[in-house]
Amino acid sequence: MDWFNNFWSVYSNVVLTLGINGLLALSIWLTLACGMLSIGNAAFMGVGAYTAALVTMNLGWPFPIALLFGMVSPAVLAFIIGKPVLRLSGIYLAMATLGFGEVVRITLLNWDSLTGGALGLNGIPQLTEWWHVLIALVATLLVLWRLRRSKVGRAFEAIKEDDTAAGLMGVDVANTKLLAFVLGAAIAGLAGGLDAHLTFFIGPQEFGFDRGVDILTMAILGGIGGLPGPIIGAAILTLLPEVLRSLRDFRLVVNGLILVVIVLFLPKGIWDPQRVRTWLRMKPRGSRRSTLVAKTDLH
Amino acid sequence: MLELRQLSKNFGGLKVLEGIDLVVPDGGIHGLIGPNGAGKTTLFNIITGLYEPSGGSVTFDGQSLVGRRPHRITRLGLARTFQNIRVFKEMTLLENVVVGMHRHLDYGAAGWLFATKNYRAQEKRARERALELLSWVKLDHQAHDLADNLSYGNQRKLELARALATEPKLLLLDEPVAGMNSVEKTELMREIDAIAARGYTVLLIEHDMRFVMGLCSRIGVLNFGRIIADGAPDAIRNDPRVIEAYLGRDEDEDDLTREHPVHLPDLSGDFPALGSPTTLDIEARR
Repeated sequence: MDWFNNFWSVYSNVVLTLGINGLLALSIWLTLACGMLSIGNAAFMGVGAYTAALVTMNLGWPFPIALLFGMVSPAVLAFIIGKPVLRLSGIYLAMATLGFGEVVRITLLNWDSLTGGALGLNGIPQLTEWWHVLIALVATLLVLWRLRRSKVGRAFEAIKEDDTAAGLMGVDVANTKLLAFVLGAAIAGLAGGLDAHLTFFIGPQEFGFDRGVDILTMAILGGIGGLPGPIIGAAILTLLPEVLRSLRDFRLVVNGLILVVIVLFLPKGIWDPQRVRTWLRMKPRGSRRSTLVAKTDLH
Repeated sequence: MLELRQLSKNFGGLKVLEGIDLVVPDGGIHGLIGPNGAGKTTLFNIITGLYEPSGGSVTFDGQSLVGRRPHRITRLGLARTFQNIRVFKEMTLLENVVVGMHRHLDYGAAGWLFATKNYRAQEKRARERALELLSWVKLDHQAHDLADNLSYGNQRKLELARALATEPKLLLLDEPVAGMNSVEKTELMREIDAIAARGYTVLLIEHDMRFVMGLCSRIGVLNFGRIIADGAPDAIRNDPRVIEAYLGRDEDEDDLTREHPVHLPDLSGDFPALGSPTTLDIEARR
């Protein structure tokens, strides 16, 4: 057990960050799965992080309640801005959510009395345990897995493929999109709350444009065709810099190169159910097929 | 059932539809024909809520459709297919059809989250019904294939099954046989006939004259945004205004055909199996 204690004392932070990044990737996956390119999830994470941290620091309420507030506040915010913003689609939605992210960052930066301004919040109690992150991740995966197998998940997919046709099939496109947006914001807020109570300190710069792009990269890299994709993407983007640590100055160069190569050769991401399906189909068809379909339906 | 009164639509200064009066009664197959650009698809887009009309009224079973969002119109019992196919390509055939049942699946968040008995029963029923609908268009053996792998003609049939899944009273088909070969056309014609026999009212837009003449009990003719004729196939076939719309007027016809050989719709010859024989006196007129 000695090696494990050694490992944990060095790498516990990386492992927990991996879990939090997994949550973030899932949060953006949810909007992407509904055909929306929204990059405001870093901002939702920030709102969740600040809310949760303020609840524990100023009110002294228990951690689970703080996390709950951390989820609800970005969800409410997403609901309010979602109505007008989700009328946009494609690159225009990306621009609008990007702008929203900046508004949040600037607000956090200038609301000195509440957020501590540029200095951020210091001395947040370190309450996040490894099993908190695990439970959050597993619960999120479970909910999303169930969602995918329901009429709501099918509506998401239909909207992603063709929202006009989806509307004419009786799917309430506007409200379904809003649901995906709000749920995504809640998951990002949860990740933010966990993150705040892991790192002792949060500042407005953590939740800016770079973070938003990072989150998007995780989901795109892993693939948005199924739930394993975002997790794989989060794992790669979290672990790659650690693995490449020995390269010192060239670390970021090689890191970027690897990402470019993956995207070039696997344009649909690493986890692509359809590719997996065709790989499996190369084996004899027939009786295997029905089990195959059942399997791939899961993702 | 469906009633259009003095319906008009302008795009900027362009009058696409003007004073359209059209009534689709309950039951049967009704056709809407007209040359390219006559405004047929625009009319469908207005009925299904994709466009707002510039004037006039659209009522369905006594309820106005103007200003309603598309999914609400679908829920009233009106479904359509598209001229440019819009199936969900990355989904299986079965999933495509089950999407159409969206409004009939009645379980809340707790239902799908905990996979309750109600959820499982309804999902199972939806899948069975989807398979049944696929069998109506003879695609049930491919239910678990991706829609993208289907041929053009079969994607049209899949759209038909998906539209039926919404349990419509009135089915709008936008050029259902475009791009099909004659065998596929005959087959689809039988299937549409069978669907109408099951009690669905069908309104279809089509270019293929033999198809429309063979299938429809009543036909409206649209030209330059106006209904120029409305009646039984036989009357339409011999209506001078319709012939003019399709073939042009006598005096300039000679010049036209010499300069740019026009492809005339084939109004003669009879279509196998269904409907009355369609022999026309167009040849005589020319």
